[in-house]
Amino acid sequence: MFSRVIVVLVGLAALTACASGETTSSPAAAPTVAASAPASPSAPAPALVITDPWVKTAEKGMSAAFGTLVNNTDADLTIVSGATPVSAVVELHEVVQADGKMVMQPKKGGFVIPARGSHVLEPGGDHIMLMKVTEAVKAGAEVPFTLTLKDGATFEFTALGKDFAGGNEDYQPEMDMGGENG
Amino acid sequence: MADRPAEVPRPEPAPGLRLSRRGLFTGGAAVAVGVVATGTAAADAVRRGDAPVTDGTAVEPFHGPRQAGVATPPQAHAVFAGFDLRDGVDREGVSRLMRLLTDDARRLTQGRPALADTEPQLAALPARLTVTFGFGSGLYAAAGAGGRPAALPAFTVDRLERRWSGGDLLVQICADDPLTVAHTLRMIVKDTRSFATVRWSQRGFRQAAHSRKPGLTQRNVLGQLDGTANPAPGTPEFDRAVWAPDGGTTLVLRRIRVNMETWDAADAVAKEFTIGRRLGDGAPLTGRTERDEPDFARLGAAGFPVISEFAHIRRARVDDPAVRILRRVYNYDEGVTRDGVADTGLLFASYQADVARQFVPIQRRLAEADLLNEWTTPVGSAVFTIPPGCGPDGWIGEGVLA
Repeated sequence: MFSRVIVVLVGLAALTACASGETTSSPAAAPTVAASAPASPSAPAPALVITDPWVKTAEKGMSAAFGTLVNNTDADLTIVSGATPVSAVVELHEVVQADGKMVMQPKKGGFVIPARGSHVLEPGGDHIMLMKVTEAVKAGAEVPFTLTLKDGATFEFTALGKDFAGGNEDYQPEMDMGGENG
Repeated sequence: MADRPAEVPRPEPAPGLRLSRRGLFTGGAAVAVGVVATGTAAADAVRRGDAPVTDGTAVEPFHGPRQAGVATPPQAHAVFAGFDLRDGVDREGVSRLMRLLTDDARRLTQGRPALADTEPQLAALPARLTVTFGFGSGLYAAAGAGGRPAALPAFTVDRLERRWSGGDLLVQICADDPLTVAHTLRMIVKDTRSFATVRWSQRGFRQAAHSRKPGLTQRNVLGQLDGTANPAPGTPEFDRAVWAPDGGTTLVLRRIRVNMETWDAADAVAKEFTIGRRLGDGAPLTGRTERDEPDFARLGAAGFPVISEFAHIRRARVDDPAVRILRRVYNYDEGVTRDGVADTGLLFASYQADVARQFVPIQRRLAEADLLNEWTTPVGSAVFTIPPGCGPDGWIGEGVLA
């Protein structure tokens, strides 16, 4: 896209779905990689876990989820999409500098978690973007998420709703950054 | 840096030197009484000069059948925050709130940032941080739950102000580092704001963590040793007096203003007569050391009791250890007026298994006749149930709300 559409996150009521948008339905046929439920002491380390997952509260409009994805395997894992019942559209976002300000946009290729490594999702960085909140994300609520990996496997976790003042980067959908970042 | 002689070359390890210097000042009594909170093993360690030195990384456990912050040796700094639930916050809302706050507490007390912590650096030094939650009667009403704490009766000495009284939810934050307390309060308040408004916040302090040996009775702003008669944590007497069978307890928080102007006008003899103890070493007027049992029957030369009928320690005395209270008292000092009058006093935090059976009779006796009433005025009062603790997957209040 050549025409840059920059919209402010806060107060935005409605957004059209982006090409990379996901619906709330989880891929039923795909195997589940691991659950994020607190691991029992005897269980082997799951292939993929998320630590400290939380999601910013929102009545409607947009929100975002954060946490640290940890890859316990010897191969890179790539998250290609996300879904949650509370948002009609979910995207995987990065935050980049554009025209001297920080904007967020869909991350090309998704989130890559390196083998035996981790990938941080945080305000001001990569995050799981809720584009169209349809059910209020309340403080203290446990919000379910499903991430889908490149091979079709899915990964489920719940994130804790937290009031949070930050994470208000402008949104810049589908801008071609030409590999400038990430 | 004058208070840190660490750079001075010395022939023996620093703790030993520190102890021996202190011993010079305070004599044997100081060593003999160092058993309140840390037990005799720690006292022995202190005596040997190898007392464990807590630093900012020291951690108090969060999980357990009982909440921390009650039997925990008192930290130097505290804030008590009272909240009022917003209209419409019901059982489901309170449950979400307590999940959130429990999550904050279990992270911050262990030296980890809270979720969405905007100053994660400030979580690195918990300094024995404890976060303790209490439920007022309003919370039980909002949640439609049974077991609400009964209000205190009115006492004749009370001059209670609403701005220091009541509250649906209590959060008690204690640490040896005041910056840790401030950060934790900030985090707790941010997570509470959607559910409740702040009714009051009361900051308190005790003597600094490193200014004296652990386990010694603290001095309060009146100059008294405060807490001598406390039950000792870890003893059956303590457990019977403080803990309910479910692992909970109750907190009565009284803000007690002290009139330092008139207290200053009293001489040392009058002050000791008022309390029934010597100011210097805390010994009862009939004894030699702080831990000596007061002899309430002993008469002086004139035929009057050595410890007055109206002395504070006689009025506050409880013979049965099972119905004593645990005083975990902080001082407050909120500055001075233009004329130099201090707004100071005590945050009198009293924990007991049963308010009506333990706190009320003592307070009634004190209200009826306690010489100390001349200088002290209760200006705030609140009662909370302290629910049991929780495990790694649980949350505080789940037994009440779930």
